[in-house]
Formats: sequence, structure tokens, C-alpha cells
Amino acid sequence: MTKLQNAIIGGVRAVLGHVPASWLPGGTPDPLIDKRVSLGGQQSRIDGPDKVRGAARFAAEVPMENLLYAAFVHSTIARGRIADLDVSAAEAAPGVALVMTYRNAPKIGVPPPIGITNLKAAGNHTLPIMQDPEIRWNGQVVAVVLAETREQAEHGAALVRVRYDAAPARTRFEEGKASAYTPESMLVERNRLDKGDASRKLAEAAFTIDAVYTTPWENHNPIEPHAATLVWREGKLIVHDATQMVHGTAGSLANIFGLKAGDVHVSSPYVGGGFGAKGLWDHQILGAAAAKLAGRPVRVTLSRASMHRLVGGRTQTEQRVALAADADGKLKALLHHGYGVKPLHSVCDEGFSLTGRSLYASESFDVVQHYVDLDLLANSFMRGPGETPGTFAIECAMDELADALGMDPIELRRCNAASRDPVSGAPHSQNAMMEAYDLGAARIGWDRRMAKPGTRREGEWLIGMGCATGTFPFTRMPGTSVRITIDAAGGAHVASAAHEMGMGTATVQRQHAADRLGLPLDRVTVIIGDSSLPFASFAGGSSQTASLAAAISAASGKLATELMRLAGNDTPLAGLKSSEVEFADGGLRSVEDPARHESFASILRRSGRGELSVVGESGAPLEILKYSMHSTSANFCELRVSEITGEIRVDRLVGAFDCGRILNAKTATSQFKGGMIMGLGMALTEETLLDERTGRIMSTSLADYHVPVHLDVPDIDVLWTDIPDPRTPLGARGIGEIGTTGVAAAIANAVFNATGKRVRDLPLTLDKLI
Amino acid sequence: MSIRVNGMEVLPPDDARVSLLDHLREHLHLSGTKKGCDQGACGACTVLLDGNRVLSCLTLAAQADGSNVQTIEALAAESGALHALQRAFIEHDGLQCGYCTPGQICSAIAMAEELRRGDPSYVTLDLAAGPPVVTRAEIRERMSGNLCRCGAHNGIVEAIEDMLVETAA
Ligand code: FES
Ligand code: FES
Repeated sequence: MTKLQNAIIGGVRAVLGHVPASWLPGGTPDPLIDKRVSLGGQQSRIDGPDKVRGAARFAAEVPMENLLYAAFVHSTIARGRIADLDVSAAEAAPGVALVMTYRNAPKIGVPPPIGITNLKAAGNHTLPIMQDPEIRWNGQVVAVVLAETREQAEHGAALVRVRYDAAPARTRFEEGKASAYTPESMLVERNRLDKGDASRKLAEAAFTIDAVYTTPWENHNPIEPHAATLVWREGKLIVHDATQMVHGTAGSLANIFGLKAGDVHVSSPYVGGGFGAKGLWDHQILGAAAAKLAGRPVRVTLSRASMHRLVGGRTQTEQRVALAADADGKLKALLHHGYGVKPLHSVCDEGFSLTGRSLYASESFDVVQHYVDLDLLANSFMRGPGETPGTFAIECAMDELADALGMDPIELRRCNAASRDPVSGAPHSQNAMMEAYDLGAARIGWDRRMAKPGTRREGEWLIGMGCATGTFPFTRMPGTSVRITIDAAGGAHVASAAHEMGMGTATVQRQHAADRLGLPLDRVTVIIGDSSLPFASFAGGSSQTASLAAAISAASGKLATELMRLAGNDTPLAGLKSSEVEFADGGLRSVEDPARHESFASILRRSGRGELSVVGESGAPLEILKYSMHSTSANFCELRVSEITGEIRVDRLVGAFDCGRILNAKTATSQFKGGMIMGLGMALTEETLLDERTGRIMSTSLADYHVPVHLDVPDIDVLWTDIPDPRTPLGARGIGEIGTTGVAAAIANAVFNATGKRVRDLPLTLDKLI
Repeated sequence: MSIRVNGMEVLPPDDARVSLLDHLREHLHLSGTKKGCDQGACGACTVLLDGNRVLSCLTLAAQADGSNVQTIEALAAESGALHALQRAFIEHDGLQCGYCTPGQICSAIAMAEELRRGDPSYVTLDLAAGPPVVTRAEIRERMSGNLCRCGAHNGIVEAIEDMLVETAA
């Protein structure tokens, strides 16, 4: 974002501060906050049977005649040029149909960057793809080999010979810091925040903490590798993709290949885990280019190594947090400075410095973050971007401050809990962070915690407990649309190009549509995951549920109006305005006199219509500019540390969430736990290892990049306040990302409580504890 | 060569390099068995080879000569009724994206057999005391070769526990 955009957002915020709440989205609380039949219960996911049978078809599994398989050759230097390229042996190898390099690749455009101004763009970087001999990062694709079988393609790829003229590359974080750049904006906020003379307060306060926290490069590593099956038919491109941005991918590919928007069809009904990684990267673009050149369909399935070379992860961060407080614990100053890596060709912000702006009522703030520009693969969003590393720094610092003050860490949070936005002064739409703390503390038995570190022991094991706040902002995306079709039998069919990567999207929106339209669950179907369906924004920023809910709500309003028009005068509802009717019992009825009712089927029959379709859209999310809308959570951990080996065993995790109302207790529990387990991995084992001499990633397999396995994951307790947010559809805020935030800090704080050792550098490997 | 997959005689691949996993997925179009890493590190490709769990990505199709291969597709009854473990996965929400799920289920079925015949594990406390007692720690240790990035671990363990209790009763 530019200075100008900053000024515009600032201006709109200022104006909305004076606009009455009733004029804004969420001005009248959604009636479904309380009127729930299916919502809120334990619903098993509707795609469960297909998934447990192995019948759910993923992108690499779409059958296709005459298919060619792709294999990639990756550059082995970080910067320079291809000097010499010999593809003759590969071309001559059995089964090889085509070798594509910059010499014969079709001329294509650069990916349009993902952002808030163009929701049909999905590019994670803005570099040309196979258009010239330039090498821009170590791992860039220099050749694509297509062959009749996978084995032949990989053999062919091994025969491609490349010689490089290497140029000096910038691949060292420490060295890059000296020339780091400071962006004007961080997502939709001003990057630099200076409020209330923090430096003076830090110098004068009775208690201060000032420390540097570091988090490593991390990769999403979904278990389904990135894959696409692509075919050109009559000048149109069809892509069976694994993506969390169906329309973004279609729009971007159209742009890159110079096609009309409707000429790219992307289908992605199931995604085998995304976490931010399943966007548009080079493999779909190269696959489409190669399929075009070969005139045959192509299947691209990335190996784990190719995933690490082509799909960006979360940048490493170095964060300095300084806190100042008086003896009763009230925060006088919060300083949060730091560095991340964001190459200039990269699109995604890792806004860790946004974390501390909303949580605590500090008297002053001094916040800014810088980016290091390196010759590396573009970084990307990964579950809980910004807040995940941000909470590690802020929440460890809070624990350090509590220790310095001799105060219980929960009490320190309690005395600093903000009653409105600490920076803008905007009112919270809803916030019950301390209720979440109270729930979680009771569940884990916080009163068993020893205040003095290193005092609980069982044999070789030192035992400790820790807590930390998690947080993630509410987002609702404009433009997300759904089509609701009522069929002749009175059933409802909801369609939208939304995404399922394990969140239970269709399951929850089916519950929603049933309750919204007064239908039993089995009369509603939901279809998602295809660009031929009405536009939906990407599945990201924990925004999908709220955006779809707003769209369904808008569509249901239109549906009532249309039905009343069709119903005419021969209906028990005659004479009523659409504002005087409500959905109930598979039809409409008078709010005043519930006996006046007509079913959908009867209205359609009388009007001679086979079906009725309406489309509704999520409008501009102005509520975000008037209210401070953040979810919070209280994370608790109990663990053991071996005094002999330094091994950490996490015995319990408790997450208590304040995310508005919960829509499906079963799938929500899974979402929260899944996020927390990613936080557990971040705390203990996850780290992408970069060879800083060459800019090459070393940990390119699941044997080198350690995600939590069954034995690492304890029984996890998940609780929620379930207090509705009156400003959001269904009273709910997003739940996909918050689970990951605050977990690593809770674990690091528990390690301190167990051992008295403060480790500020993730992951918490044994070597740091012995 | 003779390979039986889910009770049917199938043709072996004509290329000796083809893994059992690729043979199933690309040639026999049995895509219920998943490829997560192709390197033996994730467990998504687990199938039953004569009742034992193997990583089909590390098994050449030719190695299955003379064997019976069972995949996720053959687990439900012919009527379509789900296996008790499949039902338990749905009930306990032992899945999110569902990509690791077939591997988890096949692995757990063979693991139950390993427990029954008394194979010890790293967490078995007393090796002399007869068949290991079924605990969550035993299940977790024995299932640790099956990764799940969505974090469905708790539900998976509960579902397996359900099945073990049911079959023990
Ligand atoms: S695909 Fe075989 S273990 Fe990962
Ligand atoms: S359910 Fe997604 S990887 Fe296990």
C-alpha cells in the first residue's frame, strides 16, 4: 500500500467513527445469533464418507487421456545467468515428448500480485517465469521435461545439463539487515506507530524488559503435494488444481496467458491441506505453458524437494520487544521492532509488528518493522501470518515482565487488558480475552503452577506450566457471492467458488443455509470449489466463513423479495411486505401471524416456475474500519524437560478461544486443535534450513523438516467463550488461524517455568537447554 | 508375475522402476492411496501387503509379485457399508483435509493386528509381561509414521481406540 492508500484508509476510519453503528454492516445483529437449530451443534463433516473411502478426488488424481507427466530441473545457483544449456540427451531419452526452457517457452506475462485491490489476482511474486536466462533464486525452474510416464520424465530431467555464470548473490540475513527497507504500510495499517513517547517511558519506568526473539523460516508442508492436471481445449485452459484461491488462480492465469477472464476454468473441490501454501506458484504456470507447447494435457505433481524450492514459506524474523511497567504491572510502553525477509519481488507481508497494537492498554507505543531484500524464493503467508511469530515475541516478553515483577502472568494480562483499541481508541465489537483466560486456567489447573521456576521435579524431569495470549483480526472479504437455488420440491442449493481444505466449509454453510432458510439440514446442498460458480475470494485471513455467511444472508434477503413477488395475491401472505415475512418450515410466514405461511414448493408451483435462483454478495466490510475486531485466545501448556537430555515432552495443551459464536462444535474443535498443533511444531521442531553460502534450502524433505507426529501431540483441550460478536454475520469471527498464535510462547514460557532457562530462539531444540 | 489388488489379478507394470504406489494411482486408477512425499517419510501411501502395512512408495510394484495388496478402496463392505474404523474416523473427526486419512486407516488396521500378536514398541514398558496393554501412548507411538499436517491427531487416536475397544469386546 502506498502513502495515498494509507491516507484514504485513515480518512475513511475517521469518518466512520462518527457514522451511527446502525448504518453499517452488522448494525442490526444477525437474528441467527440466537435463532439456531443446526448451527452450534456437533455436525460431522459431509465429505467425511468420501474421504475415509479414498473416494474424494484430488488434483493429481483426475483421469485424463493422452496425459504427459512433468518433471522440473531447478537452478543450483541463487543469482546469475544460464550460460549453457544442453537438453539433447533429455530429448533423446525414451518417452520424453518435450523439454521446455527459456529458449522455447511461450511468451507469457508476469503473475498479477495477490492483494486487496484485485481479488482475482493470486501471484505470490512478480518475476518473469522462464522468459529469459536470468537466475533469481536457488531452485528456480530452468527446464520442464514432459514424458509419457512419471519415471521417464524424471529420468529425462536428470539428463538436462546446465552451466551457469554465477553472479554475487545476497543470501545472508545478518548482512542484509544493514540495507533493510522500511515499507510505508503493513497490510492495511501504517507500518510505523509512534504514540505517547515510548522512549522516555522506557527510560523512566521502574520495571523494564528488553530482549530479542527470533523465529526461523518455516514451511507449510501440507501432506498433499502441490499438483495440477492441465489441458487446453479450443484455446481455453482447464486446470484441476489444488488451490485455496480458485478465482484468483483463474484470473491470474488468464492475465498471464493473455486470455479472456472466462477462458480459464479452475476446479479444486478438495485441497489436501493448504495453510497459505496452496496459491498460485510457478508450477501451474509452467504446466500450462508446457501443455500449450506440447499440445497435450499435462500433470504436474511437485516432489517434496520441488515444493521447498518453488513454494515460499514464512520468513524468519528477528524481533526486539521492550516493555516498561510500574510496580503494579500497568504497561507504560510497548516497543516492537524487527526484521523479516521480503524480497522486492515478493508480495506477502509478515506483519508480526501488528500483534502488540491491539492486545494491551499500553500508555505508549513504538512499533516498526523492516524487511531484508535477499535473492531468495518469495516468502508467503502461512497459518496466522504476522500474529504467529508476533505473539511469540510479545507473549514471551510479557512472561519475562511478569517474572521481573513477581506477578502471576495471568494477572499481568488482566491488569493490562484493553477495554477499547489501545491505538485507535475504537470500541471493540466484542472482546472477552480474560474470560478465555479464566476458562483455560480452570481447565489446566493453573493453581498447581509453581511461581518459582525450576522447583517441580519428577525424577529426571523438570515440570512447568506456561500461558500466552493468541490473537488474530477479523476479516470479511467484499465480493464473495453465493447463488441460492430453490428447486421445485422446495429444497435449497447453495453454490459458490469457495474452498475446502479441511475446514468444513460446505458442512458449516449447509448448517447456516438450513437455519437461514428454515429448512431441515437434509434439504440443503452446498457446492464449492470451481470457478464456474459465483465469485468467492481466497480462503485466507480466516475470512471465508464470514464472507460466505454475509453472502448467504444477502441472498436470502433477495430470495424473500423474489418469492413474495412470485407469490402474488393468491397467497396466505398477500399484502405483506418482504420485511414482514420470515423463513420458516420450508417457506415464508408472517412475522406477526405465524399461521400465515406458504411453502417454497407451493409458491413455485403456483407461479409455474421449476426453480428460482438468486445471487447475494458480501458487501464492503466497513465494520472493520469502525470497530476494533480481533479474536483472542488464552493458551496453556504443561510440559516436562529432561534435565539430562534437554528433551521437551508437552503433556497438555489447553486453548480457550474468544472468537464469537462457534458454528459447528465438532469441526471448530478440529480447526483449533490443528492450529495449535502447528504452533507445537513451531515451538519444538520446525525449521527450514538455508545454506546461507549458496541460498539453497537444505531441509527439502519431511525427514529433514520435522512436523509433529502422533507421539508429539498430547490430548488437547479446546474451550470457547461462545459470546456472539454483534457486528458479524452469525455472531462469528474466523477460527482458522488463531489456533497457531500464542502456542509457541505458551510452550517457551512453560519451559522457563520448568527450568528457569529463557530460550528466545525457536525452535526449542534440546541443544538450547543443556 | 501375479499381483492381486483388492482380490483382483492385475497386470504388472511394463517398467521395472514403477513403485507400487504409482502403479496403483497412475495405472490402476486406484487413487485412494495417497502420495505425500514419495520418500517413505509421511505414511500417506500405506497399504496392506498380505495383511502387513507397507509404504507403497518404497515398494516396487514388482516386489508385490505373488502378494495380495489391499487398499483403502477395499475396506468398506461390498454393500458400501463403511468399516468400523472408517465410521469412527467420521464420528471423532479424525480428518480434516482427508489426504492423510487412507494411509492412517490402513496403517491402524495393520497396527491393531501387530498389537494382537504382541509386537512390542518403543513405549512398551514391560517386554516380558505378554501382549502390550493398549494405551494412547502405544497407539501414538505405533502411528507416528503417519503424518497429519492438519492436526487431526486427537481424533485419529480416539477413533483407533474405539475400534480396538470394540474388537476386544
Ligand atoms: S508417500 Fe510414501 S511415505 Fe510418503
Ligand atoms: S487430515 Fe489433512 S493431513 Fe491429515
